[in-house]
Amino acid sequence: MPGADVLERPATAAGRPSPPARRSSWARRLRRDWVLLLMVAPAIGLLVVFHYVPLLGNVVAFQDYSPYVGIAGSPWTGFANFRRILGDPDFWSATVNTLAITAFQLVFYFPVPIGIALLVHSLLSPRLRMFVQSVVYLPHFFSWVLVITLFQQMIGGAGVLNSFLRSHGASPVDVMTDPDLFLGLVTAQAVWKDAGWGAIVFLAALSTVDTSLYEAAAVDGAGRWRRLWHVTLPALVPVIVLLLILRLGEALTVGFEQFLLQRDAVGAAAAEVLDTYVYFTGVVNSDFSYAAAAGLVKGLVGLALVLAANKVAHLAGEQGVYSR
Amino acid sequence: MTVVQSRARTGPTRPRPTRPVWEEPPTRLGQAAKGVLVGVVLLAVLFPLWVVVLTSVSPAQAVTRAGGLVVVPDGFSLTAYAELLSGGTVTRSVLVSTGITVVGTLFSVVVTLLAAYGLSRPGSFAHRPLLFAVLLTFLFGPGLIPTYLLVQSLGLLDTYAALVLPGAVAAFNLVVLRSFFMNIPQDLVDSARIDGANDFGVLTRIVLPLSKGVTAVIALFYAVGYWNAFFNAFLYLNSTDKWPLQLVLRTYVLQGQPIPGTSAVDSTLDGTGGPVATLAVKMAVVVIAVVPVLIVYPFVQKHFTKGVIVGAIKG
Repeated sequence: MPGADVLERPATAAGRPSPPARRSSWARRLRRDWVLLLMVAPAIGLLVVFHYVPLLGNVVAFQDYSPYVGIAGSPWTGFANFRRILGDPDFWSATVNTLAITAFQLVFYFPVPIGIALLVHSLLSPRLRMFVQSVVYLPHFFSWVLVITLFQQMIGGAGVLNSFLRSHGASPVDVMTDPDLFLGLVTAQAVWKDAGWGAIVFLAALSTVDTSLYEAAAVDGAGRWRRLWHVTLPALVPVIVLLLILRLGEALTVGFEQFLLQRDAVGAAAAEVLDTYVYFTGVVNSDFSYAAAAGLVKGLVGLALVLAANKVAHLAGEQGVYSR
Repeated sequence: MTVVQSRARTGPTRPRPTRPVWEEPPTRLGQAAKGVLVGVVLLAVLFPLWVVVLTSVSPAQAVTRAGGLVVVPDGFSLTAYAELLSGGTVTRSVLVSTGITVVGTLFSVVVTLLAAYGLSRPGSFAHRPLLFAVLLTFLFGPGLIPTYLLVQSLGLLDTYAALVLPGAVAAFNLVVLRSFFMNIPQDLVDSARIDGANDFGVLTRIVLPLSKGVTAVIALFYAVGYWNAFFNAFLYLNSTDKWPLQLVLRTYVLQGQPIPGTSAVDSTLDGTGGPVATLAVKMAVVVIAVVPVLIVYPFVQKHFTKGVIVGAIKG
C-alpha cells in the first residue's frame, strides 16, 4: 500500500465531489478496506444465516409443510393457514391474554422504574445510592427459571409465606397456581426482575438535570414537592413518552420463557400467549405451517405497531428507535 | 449517574455529602418514610436470596425443624453441595453451562468487536449497506418456526452449536460498541496509522484498550445470556445428558422431580427422608445458578451507565 493511501480514509469521509474514474476508485477502496470487510464478515454471515435465511423460511406459512420433503417439496396452499387462524378460538384467546398482560403491565409495571429512579436519585449519600443501585439492578441478570423458582419458594404452596401462614393458624394461599391471580403474578415477577434495571434510563435522564433549575425554583419559593413536579418530572417526560410508545409498539410481545415455564401450573386458559401458542402448535404438535402463519401474523402486526409507534415518537419530537 | 461517580471520587476531600444550600432540612417523617421505602426495596431483592442461600447451607435437621425454607441461621453444613458436586446430573450440567458460557462469550465478543470496529471507520467501503443490514434485524424477527426448521435442517439439533450460533451476534451490542468506537478521537487512529499500524493493529492497540469498560459490559451481557440460556436448550436439545444448568433447575427444582444420583431418589424410595430433606439440595442448585452472576457482576457493574446508556442513546 503506498504511504499516501494510509491516511486517505478520513479524507474520503469528508467527500470528494465526484471521483474521476468511478470503477477504479471502487476497486481501490475495496483494496484499501478489505481488512475491515474481513472483520465484518463473520458477524454479517451469522446474521444472514440465522436471521435473514429463516426470514425467508416464513414461506412455509403458505405451504402444507412436511419435514420429510422440505420446503421445496411441500405443496403450496395459498392463504389457507391464515384463514384457519381467523376461525381459531385458541389463537384469539392467546391474543387476548397477550394484550391483557401488556395492558396490565402498562398500568402496574411501567411507573415502578420511575419511582425507583426518583427514590434512588433522592438519596443523598453516594455510597448508599451506589449500593441500592447495585442491588436493584441485580435480578435483571437472573434467568426466568431462577426468578420463577424464587417466587415459588417465597409465595408458592410450600413457600416461606405459606409456612408462615400455616404456623400462625391462617389458611394458606397458593398464588403460583391460581389462574385468577396470574396477571398480577406475572406483573409482580416482571417488576421484581426488571424494574430496577429499567430505572437506569431514568437515572441517566435525572443526572442531566441542571441543578441551577432546582436552585432557581427554590429561590422562587418552591418546596420539595413542587420542585419534583415542576423540575424533575418535566426532565423525565421525554424518556417516559419514548418508552411508553416503544412498549405500545411491542404490545404483542410479552416474553416467552416466563409463560412457557408457568403454563403447566395455571393452565393454558390463563397463561397461553402468542409466543407459547406458536411453540405448542408448531414444535410440539408438528403443525409447522400453521404455527409459522400464526407467528408471521404476530410479527407483521408487531412490525406495523413498531413503525406506527416510531412515527408517533417522531411526531412527539423524540428520536425514536431508528431515526435517520 | 456520572454525577454519582464524580461525587464518589471527591469523597475523601468531602467526607460527608452536604445538602444543597437552598434545600430545607428534611422532616423526620419524610426521612423515615424514605428509609422504609429503601428498606422494602432492598429487602424484596435480598430476602429471597438470603433464604435460599441459608437453606442450602443448613443441615437436614434444621430444614426439617424450620418446616421448609430456613429464615434464621441454624447450623451449617455443606452436605448439599458435596452431594451435588460429587458427579451426576447437576455436576455435568454445571460443566456444560460453564463450557457454553466461556466458549460462547469468547466467540460472541470477538465477532462483535471485529464487526463493530469494521463498521466504525467513517467512509469505509460498503459500511452503510452493511450497517443497514445489521440495524434491519431490530425491526423484524425471523420467527420461531422458521428458525427451528433452519436449525433442524442444518443438522444442529441436539448439538451445543445450536445454543451458541443462532444468537451469537446481538445487533444491539454491536451497535453500542460501534458508537463507542466512533467516539474515539480520529487523531489517535491517524497517528497509529502513521506509525505503520494496520486496521487490526489499530483495533488491538488503540481502540480496545480505550474501550475496556464497554467491552466488559458487552461480555457480561453475552455471558449472562449464555449462562441463563434456557429456551434454546429446551427447544434444541433432546438428550438429558447434554442439559445445561437452567434446564436442570427447571426440571428438578421448579417442577420438583427427584434429581437422579442424589439421595433425593433414595429417600423417596426407602422412605427414610422426606421431600423436606431434599430442599437443601434444591436450594443448592439455585445457589449454583446464581453464584457466577454474583461473582462477575460487581466488577462490571460500575461500567453500566457509561457503556450502556451512552451507546443506547447514540445508537
